[in-house]
Amino acid sequence: MSERAAPVTATEEQRDDQETPSEEPSEADDTESATDAEPTPVTTGAESVVRALENAGVEHAFGVQGGAIMPVYDALYDSEIHHVTMAHEQGASHAADAYGIVSGEPGICLATSGPGATNLVTGLADADMDSDPVVALTGQVPTEFVGNDAFQETDTTGVTMPVTKTNTFSSEPDRVGSDVSEAFALASEGRPGPTLVDLPKDVTNAETDREPDEPRTPDTYDVQERADPEIVAAAAERVENASRPIMLLGGGVIKGDAAEVCREFAIEHEIPVVTTMPGTGAFPEDHELALEGAGMHGTGYANMAITHCDTMVAVGTRFDDRLTGGIETFAPDAEIIHVDIDPAEISKNIHADYPLIGDAGTVVEQLTEAVDESPQATKWRAQCQQWKSDYSMAYDTPEDEPVKPQFVVEALDEATSDRAVVTTGVGQHQMWAWQYWTYTEPRTWVSSHGLGAMGYGLPAAIGARFAADDDQEVVCVDGDGSFLMTLQGLSVAVRENLDITVAVLNNEYIGMVRQWQDAFFDGRHSASDYGWMPEFDTLAEAFGAEGFRIDDYDEVADTIDAALTYDGPSVIDVHIDPQANVYPMVPSGGDNGQFALTEDQL
Amino acid sequence: MTDEQGLDGPAPGERPTPSGRRNKQGIRIDPEVEAKHEPRRTVISALVEHEPGVLAEASGLFSRRQFNIESLTVGPTDDDERARITLVVEEPDPGIDQIKKQLRKLIPVIAVRELEPDAMRRELALVKVNAERPDQVAAVADMYDAKTVDSSPETATFEITGARQKIEAAIETFSQFGIREIARTGTTALARGTDDTAAPAPAESTANEANNTPYTQPADDD
Ligand SMILES: Cc1ncc(C[n+]2csc(CCOP(=O)(O)OP(=O)(O)O)c2C)c(N)n1
Ligand SMILES: [Mg+2]
Repeated sequence: MSERAAPVTATEEQRDDQETPSEEPSEADDTESATDAEPTPVTTGAESVVRALENAGVEHAFGVQGGAIMPVYDALYDSEIHHVTMAHEQGASHAADAYGIVSGEPGICLATSGPGATNLVTGLADADMDSDPVVALTGQVPTEFVGNDAFQETDTTGVTMPVTKTNTFSSEPDRVGSDVSEAFALASEGRPGPTLVDLPKDVTNAETDREPDEPRTPDTYDVQERADPEIVAAAAERVENASRPIMLLGGGVIKGDAAEVCREFAIEHEIPVVTTMPGTGAFPEDHELALEGAGMHGTGYANMAITHCDTMVAVGTRFDDRLTGGIETFAPDAEIIHVDIDPAEISKNIHADYPLIGDAGTVVEQLTEAVDESPQATKWRAQCQQWKSDYSMAYDTPEDEPVKPQFVVEALDEATSDRAVVTTGVGQHQMWAWQYWTYTEPRTWVSSHGLGAMGYGLPAAIGARFAADDDQEVVCVDGDGSFLMTLQGLSVAVRENLDITVAVLNNEYIGMVRQWQDAFFDGRHSASDYGWMPEFDTLAEAFGAEGFRIDDYDEVADTIDAALTYDGPSVIDVHIDPQANVYPMVPSGGDNGQFALTEDQL
Repeated sequence: MTDEQGLDGPAPGERPTPSGRRNKQGIRIDPEVEAKHEPRRTVISALVEHEPGVLAEASGLFSRRQFNIESLTVGPTDDDERARITLVVEEPDPGIDQIKKQLRKLIPVIAVRELEPDAMRRELALVKVNAERPDQVAAVADMYDAKTVDSSPETATFEITGARQKIEAAIETFSQFGIREIARTGTTALARGTDDTAAPAPAESTANEANNTPYTQPADDD
């Protein structure tokens, strides 16, 4: 959704504005703001770091102060970049990640050396797994102390190497700004991902008048945009001759802003569409060609279609094991047309019969041009529709039992607009939020897929709030366990007066683990039964947020309305049926076509 | 209680099942004639930026992705800004493919190539043996073109260069005297003639190479 990408010109205008003296004193006590429309030349490494961010159009950054990063924060003090002080650095990295997902521009997070940097790691690992654009700036002890086990020294580039797309130890004051520019470019170009620049304090403190270079990727970084035309032609022929075609749209479709062209292609040729979890929103789930998500907790109809198709146009997906189940039984009759910008994803897990390396949008456009005739697939489409009714996601809502989580998710969806952004924690609630909300727009589903990091939901909602338009609601569907991991972020949401709604699907269980224990460990609930949870509504009030509670079906709609209407952060503690389970389910490594609908089928 | 938590629909046993299958590498197979991907040994050469951390990045990649690396050497090139990493790997074709592609993704990596089976491969070994039978030791050294690097009343140390097999044979033969210590460099290699070992390649070639690693019979080292 390119309309949400920060337009560079607008930012520049804002920056120009801000350089003229403003009548409104900023909340921090006012400063000697420059009287010049031109940005003042940089004088230190830290200023050039901040200038690099400004030049890249950065408007928001998330972080926590500390010794080694202080020079950078000092430079931020004079910048128009809005810095959001988070309660924990993990929250800063998740907020930056969600900002990146919703805006399409890299989210920025900052932390000091040592514990600040290590606290970022979960969010970086998450961004790395999900290919989200994030730039992390970490303070480091002065260069002469590096390697001496100095106070708060951690080998940050060493620790984060396996969980970043790339990282740099910035050692020269004249280069430090350009290092940040380059990290920004690398985070978003090609296959996106997190990058990190480690900033020793002597380097940021040092004098330099070197303005940072434009954000540019290094010469060794090649991205292929267009696929080999011969393979495109062969793939097109395969599509034309398919009798059981599907499209499988992954997160790369959303990151590549290719949802529109994929939709047109699918609709033009009447090809049923399945999404991966990160691809949620790439195709409107209310369209008749939509089979929704596939994989471990995908719909029965998506998993049937994926298992029985003879041709799969897979775009921007890395065929993660939660999607494929056992490799041996994954789409075993299908010839695979795999479109991906990362050559290393081609035939990594699933062999690509037609490898199409390139940008999702560009390559699907190439395919669009190359496919002359639609496949003859009337029977197949009818079969897919039949599966939709055979494996309906309908659930019971007995009045004498606690509220079903699915019902709460549907009520939230009902009460919000099509462009509402949903963030989640990890567990059963995440799966219900995925299955029972009808997603129709890209960049509205924000979750921790590859890493599966509990605690993602609230900080992600904070980041998403800054990236989303004002008329987009931001709803965090959280679990009680996940919420407990990062709920200190409520202090941030209150301080920044963020209009977000957290719905905690409270089962007083590590529910997903409890479900697996019931299925695979004879119901032995080892360390999965919390048995007690704080009152989240009261807790929210203590933070200064608005607290609500739901126990019965007849409270659901009104309470949700009130929470959404509240202008500021609200938390609904929803006491759901603690025994509710997530189905369908394909056990790890299982056969997608043999998904279980009940526990005894596992 | 659990039953009512589930969903309705035909049970797994009542559903149609597809006839095909894939192997562990995700390749569709005819269950009758399953093509096996046997590991093979090959040499991969990478031209990289000569900067701190490159080696750590490359070796981190191999351990993280469980690639089977037999040896890894690194050294400067004629260009001060570039170094060459030479890897000997033993993997089935899809694994070799992944190694090349994952290496290419590292930002400081400029070019990656798998060398032809006839590439020139050399390794150097220092072998320190007991020198109780100096004449016989000298005869073996002669046989393998080994150079004497050091000698003492108790020991003799030789330098042997050559292909892996030659070094292994030499070590094997020297072992009759009692080997005290060995240090080996691992294989380094160059392509033959005008063939470039690992020069920056145009992006297009990666596309064509995306999926087809032609299987070539590994020739004996030299
Ligand atoms: C940081 C982290 N620790 C542990 C896990 C393992 N885990 C997966 S789901 C889950 C339960 C989450 O509980 P809750 O947030 O209450 O969600 P529920 O399943 O009950 O909806 C746990 C512990 C994880 N995914 N992430
Ligand atoms: Mg729970």
